[in-house]
Amino acid sequence: MANKLIELCGISKSYGSNQILDDMNLYFNENRFLTLLGPSGCGKTTTLRIMAGFETPDTGKVLFDGVDITNMPPNKRPLNTVFQKYALFTHMNIAENIAFGLKIKNKSKAYIDDKIKYALKLVNLDGYEKRMPDSLSGGQQQRIAIARAIVNEPKVLLLDEPLGALDLKLRQSMQYELIRLKNELGITFVYVTHDQEEALTMSDTIVVMNQGYIQQIGTPEDIYNEPENAFVADFIGESNIISSTMVEDKLVNILGTNFKCVDVGFGQNRPVDVVIRPEDIELLSPEKGIITGRVTSVLFKGVHYEMEVMANGREWLVHSTVMKNVSDEVGLYVDPFNIQIMNKPESEDEEAVKIDA
Amino acid sequence: MRNSLFKKLLSGPYIFWIVGFTVLPLLVIAYYAFTQNGQFTLANITAITQYAHWKALAISLVLALLCTFVCLLISFPLALVLRNLSLAKGHLARGRNNMIVMLFILPMWINFLLRSYAWQMILSRNGLLNGFLSLLHLPKLHIYNTPWAILLGMIYDFLPFMILPVYNAMIKIDQDVINAAYDLGATKQTTLRKIIFPLSLPGIISGITMVFVPSISEFAIANLLGGGKILLIGNIIEQEFSEGNNWNLGSGLSLILMIFIIISMLFTAKYDKNGEGGTLL
Repeated sequence: MANKLIELCGISKSYGSNQILDDMNLYFNENRFLTLLGPSGCGKTTTLRIMAGFETPDTGKVLFDGVDITNMPPNKRPLNTVFQKYALFTHMNIAENIAFGLKIKNKSKAYIDDKIKYALKLVNLDGYEKRMPDSLSGGQQQRIAIARAIVNEPKVLLLDEPLGALDLKLRQSMQYELIRLKNELGITFVYVTHDQEEALTMSDTIVVMNQGYIQQIGTPEDIYNEPENAFVADFIGESNIISSTMVEDKLVNILGTNFKCVDVGFGQNRPVDVVIRPEDIELLSPEKGIITGRVTSVLFKGVHYEMEVMANGREWLVHSTVMKNVSDEVGLYVDPFNIQIMNKPESEDEEAVKIDA
Repeated sequence: MRNSLFKKLLSGPYIFWIVGFTVLPLLVIAYYAFTQNGQFTLANITAITQYAHWKALAISLVLALLCTFVCLLISFPLALVLRNLSLAKGHLARGRNNMIVMLFILPMWINFLLRSYAWQMILSRNGLLNGFLSLLHLPKLHIYNTPWAILLGMIYDFLPFMILPVYNAMIKIDQDVINAAYDLGATKQTTLRKIIFPLSLPGIISGITMVFVPSISEFAIANLLGGGKILLIGNIIEQEFSEGNNWNLGSGLSLILMIFIIISMLFTAKYDKNGEGGTLL
C-alpha cells in the first residue's frame, strides 16, 4: 500500500444543487497511464481539477504519497497540468513559456537553457525557442504546453482533454506521441477524455465515470471485453445489450432462446443484462445458427460491413467482413465465451467501486 | 468595372466628411499658426516659451498625467475584482457584473457640463461637502477654485474611458492561462505581475490614451471648477480665439498641444495592435 501515489478518499463536490461527485474513492500508483473516461458532465474534469487544486472538494481528502494535500494551493503541488485549450502565455515566446516554472523556482540560467533544449527535443520541436505561441499550429501549441509542464519534473502530469481541439489525424499521431513521452519520462499521466477510442489506445488503466460515480476500473481489455454494467458496455464501443434471464450456471435465456455461456454464480432464473459485441456474432447458414433471422440493413464501413438482423423480435447489430444481402435469411451464432453477463443495476446510480489499479 | 465604380462612390460622403471636417480645418489652423497679417512667421509657435504659456502647458500636463494615473489606479483593481466576480458560474453573476460596470459608466450619458455644475454645487464654499463637514463639526475644505477641484472633475468625467478598455481586456483573459501560471508554481502576486498585467496591457494603453488626450486639452472643467483663476493651455487657446481675437496665436499654441497628443497616439499605436480601443462601447 506504500506505493499509492495519489489517493482520493470520499470526495464529494457540488455546484449549488448540482451534485458533480458523490463519495468518490480512487487511487493509483506510480508510472501509470490512467484515463478518466465518461460523457460530459460525468465529473471527470472536476476530479482532475480537484487533484490539480483548482477546486476544493466539499468533503473528502486528497492524498499525495500519503500526505494530505486537500487544502494545498495549486502552486505548491508537485504535479502539473496540460489544459484543453493549451493556455500558453501569448505574450511570451516559446522559450519563456517553457522557462516560466523553472524561473519561479530560481533555477540557474544554464540549467533552464538545458531544460528548454531537452523539452523541445522531447516534443520534436527543436529550434522553436524564439517563436511566439500564436505562430504555431494547434498540435504544436499543445506539445509546447506539455513541454512547459514536464520541465518541472512533476511526478504526475494531469491532462485535461488535451487533444480535444485537434483534428482526427493529428489526434491519432499525438496519441502515439503521448504514449512515447510517458514511457520516456516514467511518470504518471492522468488523462481526461470522453473519447473511448483514445482511452483504449493509450491507457494502462481506465476509470469509467457517469453522473459522478465510478462505473468500472480496469485495463482497456477488461473494460471492453467484460463491462460490468450496461452503461460501460454502451459507452465503450457499440454493443447489443439485451435484457435476459439467467436460467442456471452457464445457460442464459435471451429473448426466448437458451444460449450457452461461461458465467456462473448469478443464481437461477435471475434477470440480467447480456452484452454481445457486434463483431462476436457470426452469420452462418440458417440451419447452423442458434437462432435465425433476416438481414434488414447493410452498411459498408471500410474494414467491415455493419448489418442489422431481425431475430427473436429484436434488431441485432452485427459487424462482419462477409457481406449478406438485405432480406437474406441467416443463422446467428455466438461463442459462449463472447456472451458477457452483467447484473442489472439496482438503481440509476451504480455503487462506486474500488479496484486495485 | 461599374460595380467597383459604384463601391468607390459609396465612400464619397465619408471622404467629404474627413476632408471637410478634419483635413481642411487642420490646414486652416496650420495657415494661421505660421502667419501674422499674411506674413510667414514662427512667432506664434515660439510663443510657448513665454512664461504664462508654458506655465499653463505645464499645469495641463501635470493635471492630465495625474488624472490618467488616478483613473488607472481605480480601474485596474476594479477590473480585477469584476473579473474574479464573473468567475462565479451562472447568469446571475454575469448580470450583476454588467450592472456594476453600468453603474460606473452611467454618468457618461449625462451631459458633462451638467455634471461639472453638480460638482460646483458640491464643492463650493457653502456647498454640500462643506455643509456635511460642518454637521460633523469638521473644518471647511477649500477645494473649489483650486487645481484639486479641476483634477477631481476630470477624473470623474474621464474614469469610464479607462474602466471600459481595461475591463474589456481583462475579462478576455482565459482563466486556464491564469490557472496554468499557478499550476507552474507562481504565487498570486507573480501571476498578477507576469501574466494578468501584461495581458491587460493593450486595454491599459488604450485607456491611458483615451483619458490623457481629452484631459490635456481640457478647459471647460477648469472654467467651472477652477473659477477662471487657474489657466490651462486649453483656456489660453480658447481665450485667444474668443476674447483675445488672436487666431494666429491660438492656432500656434494648438499645434504645440497637438504634438503632445500625437506623441500619446504613437504610444498607443505601438502597443495596441488588436485595436482594443475600438471595443470601447
